[in-house]
Amino acid sequence: MKSIKKENLLHELTKGFLKENPVLRLVLGTCPTLAVSTSVESAIGMGLAATAVLLFSNMLISALRKVIPDKVRIPAYITIIAALVTAVQLLVKAYLPALDQSLGIYLPLITVNCIILGRADGFANRHSVAASALDGIGMGIGFTAALLAMSAIREVLGAGTFYGISLFGENYTPMLIFILPPGGFFVYGLLTAAANAIARKKKAPIKESFGCEGCPSAAGCAGCSSKEVLE
Amino acid sequence: MSAEEEKTLTPASGQQLAIVSATPHLRTHRTTQAIMLDVCLALIPAVAASVWCFGTRALIVMLFAVISCVAFEAITRIALKRAQTVQDLSAVVTGLLLGMNLPPTLPLWMIPIGSFAAIVVVKQLFGGIGQNFANPAITARIVLMLSFPTQMTSWNAANGHAWGADAASAATPMKALTANELGAFSGDDLPSILDMFVGRHGGSLGETCAVALLLGAIYLCVFRVITPLIPCFYIGTVAVITFIAGGFDAQFTIYHLLGGGLILGACFMATDYATSPVNWKGKIVFAIGCGILTSLIRLFGSMPEGVSFSILLMNLLVPHIENLTAPRTFGKERKRHAK
Repeated sequence: MKSIKKENLLHELTKGFLKENPVLRLVLGTCPTLAVSTSVESAIGMGLAATAVLLFSNMLISALRKVIPDKVRIPAYITIIAALVTAVQLLVKAYLPALDQSLGIYLPLITVNCIILGRADGFANRHSVAASALDGIGMGIGFTAALLAMSAIREVLGAGTFYGISLFGENYTPMLIFILPPGGFFVYGLLTAAANAIARKKKAPIKESFGCEGCPSAAGCAGCSSKEVLE
Repeated sequence: MSAEEEKTLTPASGQQLAIVSATPHLRTHRTTQAIMLDVCLALIPAVAASVWCFGTRALIVMLFAVISCVAFEAITRIALKRAQTVQDLSAVVTGLLLGMNLPPTLPLWMIPIGSFAAIVVVKQLFGGIGQNFANPAITARIVLMLSFPTQMTSWNAANGHAWGADAASAATPMKALTANELGAFSGDDLPSILDMFVGRHGGSLGETCAVALLLGAIYLCVFRVITPLIPCFYIGTVAVITFIAGGFDAQFTIYHLLGGGLILGACFMATDYATSPVNWKGKIVFAIGCGILTSLIRLFGSMPEGVSFSILLMNLLVPHIENLTAPRTFGKERKRHAK
């Protein structure tokens, strides 16, 4: 495990909003995003449930990071996450049965949502409890915001409603494709492109070209010198 | 080598010895614009036939599709700050084909949505002419079909105008074929074969008149705009499969070949340069794949018609077909058979 660097706590919170938005920039959690974003109501429910799990799993895993042996860390993470998801599922079943109905199988499937496992292994594993908690909240908000944006577009265009409220009256003909999977992929692609464009504008693009010293396969390669022969 | 360097090779006598330039050396004078104009000309009989069958409403639908496609092409090129390509007429062809894929009664405001999907999403976002991953008109038709299933499948009997009867809604031959149980085929609720040939039956605007479409296809083949490989193998595959599946009933096969969008799709949509394989082996694989998928969707699927879906699916497979059917490079050894 790497040593904990000096942490910029505010950065850990805000990076998940746009710059490292789990759905639109890291392309994680695609399956629940596409499946649940057909209505704003279930998107918000899904986002909040995942945020709760993410917050507690990040905190627990960060607290236990020195106890969990490295070789069995993934099973250990999954066990912790599954326990948290079960708790959230029981709470939703008890207090919000309608949301439980609309989310269906996707609620227990939060267990295998790769955002949560990704943050556990990629962040909580090597950061303090406070930083991990903020990361969890930030990523959760980013996930919820992406779901909200997607579901708003899909529900308004595909069903003519927003949060179940009819917007355009009886005569509106909805574009059903936005409720169907192809429309979901289409909106997902457009939002990803938009997020990339915004993130790129904020910061100078990463330099993509590198010389031989930066090349990962430089050791077994005679290639770059042969370029001179050709010239 | 630049032009000035080429000139220096010319000796003092003024006689040119050799011109050295980069390949390709053989160039045609045919432009994209000329080819697209040929396709437009080839579509004229079908356009005329659809106006004859469905009345002026058909002309309005097609005009709307063409104008909106051209407008979207021009606007996106300006918005993306790229060189203007609207003069190459490819947007006109897309608009014509899109219009021919729509039912005559479609509300007009839906047509620009289809044009947007075709030109902006499928064509321009992927880089413009030649870069589209699928046929724009086919994709637009599918987008409209999935978005507005009721409006896209409410057909008018085609003889409403030309034969003086009221325009009543009628089942298309494809729907009637699906309604008949496989194997228990009877031609009772179908138009006669002659009507099928000249277009006196329900359907999308451009797909009904088989004669006009075939005339256009022959024109394209004669002027070498397309090769007959894809249309022949596509229609042939559908013929063989429906002939066997229909219990060797020739009438059943003929209705399948003339009904629906098969001829329009096989001759004008599947032969799109950007989305069909380059060499003849690939073309045959592509066409047979289209034929198998179309027959399977028609015979066993829940939808009565499958031409557009099968062409879209095969469009997506074209890069892989190209890889598998790439010709042997000249001078390269043949692959030895395994022991």
